[in-house]
Amino acid sequence: MARNVTTGQKAFWTLCAWTVGLAIFFPIFWTVLTSFKSEAEAVRAPALFDFDWTLENYATVFDRSPYARHFLNSVVISIGSTLLALLIAVPAAWAMAFSPTRRTRGLLMWMLSTKMLPPVGVLIPIYLIFRDTGLLDTRTGLVIVMTLVNLPIVIWMLFTYFREIPGEILEAARMDGANLKSEILYVLTPMALPGIASTMLLNVILSWNEAFWTLTLTAANAAPLTAFIASYSSPEGLFYAKLSAASTMAIAPVLILGWFSQKQLVRGLTFGAVK
Amino acid sequence: MGSITLKGVTKRFDEVEVIPPLDLVIEDGEFVVFVGPSGCGKSTLLRLIAGLEDVSAGSIELDGQDVTGLPPARRGLAMVFQSYALYPHMTVRKNIAFPLKMAGMEPAAIDRKVEEAAKVLNLGEYIERRPGQLSGGQRQRVAIGRAIVREPSAFLFDEPLSNLDAALRGTMRLEISELHNTLKTTMVYVTHDQVEAMTMADKIVVLNRGNIEQVGSPLELYRNPRSLFVAGFIGSPTMNMVGGETAAKYGAETIGVRPEHLNLSMDGGEWSGKVGVSEHLGSDTFLHVEVDGIGTMTARADGEFPAHHGDRIGLTPDVARMHRFDASGAAIS
Repeated sequence: MARNVTTGQKAFWTLCAWTVGLAIFFPIFWTVLTSFKSEAEAVRAPALFDFDWTLENYATVFDRSPYARHFLNSVVISIGSTLLALLIAVPAAWAMAFSPTRRTRGLLMWMLSTKMLPPVGVLIPIYLIFRDTGLLDTRTGLVIVMTLVNLPIVIWMLFTYFREIPGEILEAARMDGANLKSEILYVLTPMALPGIASTMLLNVILSWNEAFWTLTLTAANAAPLTAFIASYSSPEGLFYAKLSAASTMAIAPVLILGWFSQKQLVRGLTFGAVK
Repeated sequence: MGSITLKGVTKRFDEVEVIPPLDLVIEDGEFVVFVGPSGCGKSTLLRLIAGLEDVSAGSIELDGQDVTGLPPARRGLAMVFQSYALYPHMTVRKNIAFPLKMAGMEPAAIDRKVEEAAKVLNLGEYIERRPGQLSGGQRQRVAIGRAIVREPSAFLFDEPLSNLDAALRGTMRLEISELHNTLKTTMVYVTHDQVEAMTMADKIVVLNRGNIEQVGSPLELYRNPRSLFVAGFIGSPTMNMVGGETAAKYGAETIGVRPEHLNLSMDGGEWSGKVGVSEHLGSDTFLHVEVDGIGTMTARADGEFPAHHGDRIGLTPDVARMHRFDASGAAIS
């Protein structure tokens, strides 16, 4: 039954939504604004737009750090880990969605529970394994770690999407002569494409923004944009304006990606919540 | 060729035995209907034949070849599902072409076969549409088209008409029967609708809790039901069952009289009763009569029969067509 909502209530909730939205947006807005200030103005009493706009910070950041290399590392790590995760998660989610056993639910919960463990809890073993296998400060190493970190979420999301696909359609494909590969390639994947796209987007964003593993397992070669930002927070003191310029440059690509794909993302995150 | 032989086929889900050991022979070219109430195992049996479920024991042979361990794709069967199970992202053309593509057929040959099937099934003008843009009947025709192009040794239908409205169901029933007459391929058809079973089948298999109650032609089952279950399931409206002293008079625990085998009269008969609801179909009228000492019985009368609600009428069973059952529910010959 539709609920009656008065104009007053509607206005109140709209105001609440805008307040929350602005509160979330404000730090990003402030970072972008600060990136156009001089270091002196950045630490002075807050001025919204009334300051001398400058691109000096961007020029300095470009001079001091190899932005292109960090950017490329971020791209390789986020896209590489997303593709690898999908390669593992699609068959896993397929098996759990269409051939569930009594232990499937438990297995899914166990996978999710790994996300509840603080990453630092496994830092030492992973660091040692990476050191001994020569994966420290390599893109390959980070692709593997990012895949493992995000795999539970990817499997969960795909599992939710796949469960929405009627099993009879896959059975029809089997009757039509499709083997497992053809069934996944020609029937399941195209039908779950919107879901797979949302999952990919979310995973790219999560990997792009991940800072714990990227900061601890990289030095110079494989450092992505998160390490690039962190390099402006040094023991010699904080350079707010330059830090902001670096942050803006680091988050801009993913912000733009998120902006253009927000419809897909919202659908991805709320899929299965309402039938 | 498309004979199917089930030998001791058993299906268990964990500890629950849904199909006790079962033997059945389906001859090449036969139209066999599995019929029974919900949960009787008819769809499971079809899925076992298709290979979509693994048998727990026993074997399935197609044309004398043991296919028990073969995957569905290698059994050479085609299946039409209740939900149509069309590929929503593909056009009608691609849906019908899919099994041929999987079989590795040349694109030119695929096109030719798809065009032929579309023509036979009147799908020509919808061939570039997607399933979402078709009506229920059209979707079912696409599903049948997808099955036909494979030229299977047998077709399996799992309640294919239950999602259609009554009028369309009637038309599709005729189309499937016509298809069987044209192709002469074995068809195994699952339904809970005994009208579909009676009108389409060469042979009906009545299932009850996974057991075969009786196998026979529609008229055999109608005339000589071997058990109370079959007697109650075949025939519409259902057979009137009478027990107690009335049945004892005929040397049975229960007697069964079909509504069309009760002679009605306004001047009395063997039994007497008061007319309740009358269902006028034009050609026939079904009278629900509260018979003294027996209970409610349904009787089929001529469309012009003059009885009205509350009238007293006489009912006389046609003894030659009366069915007698013992205490175990088995027919007394």
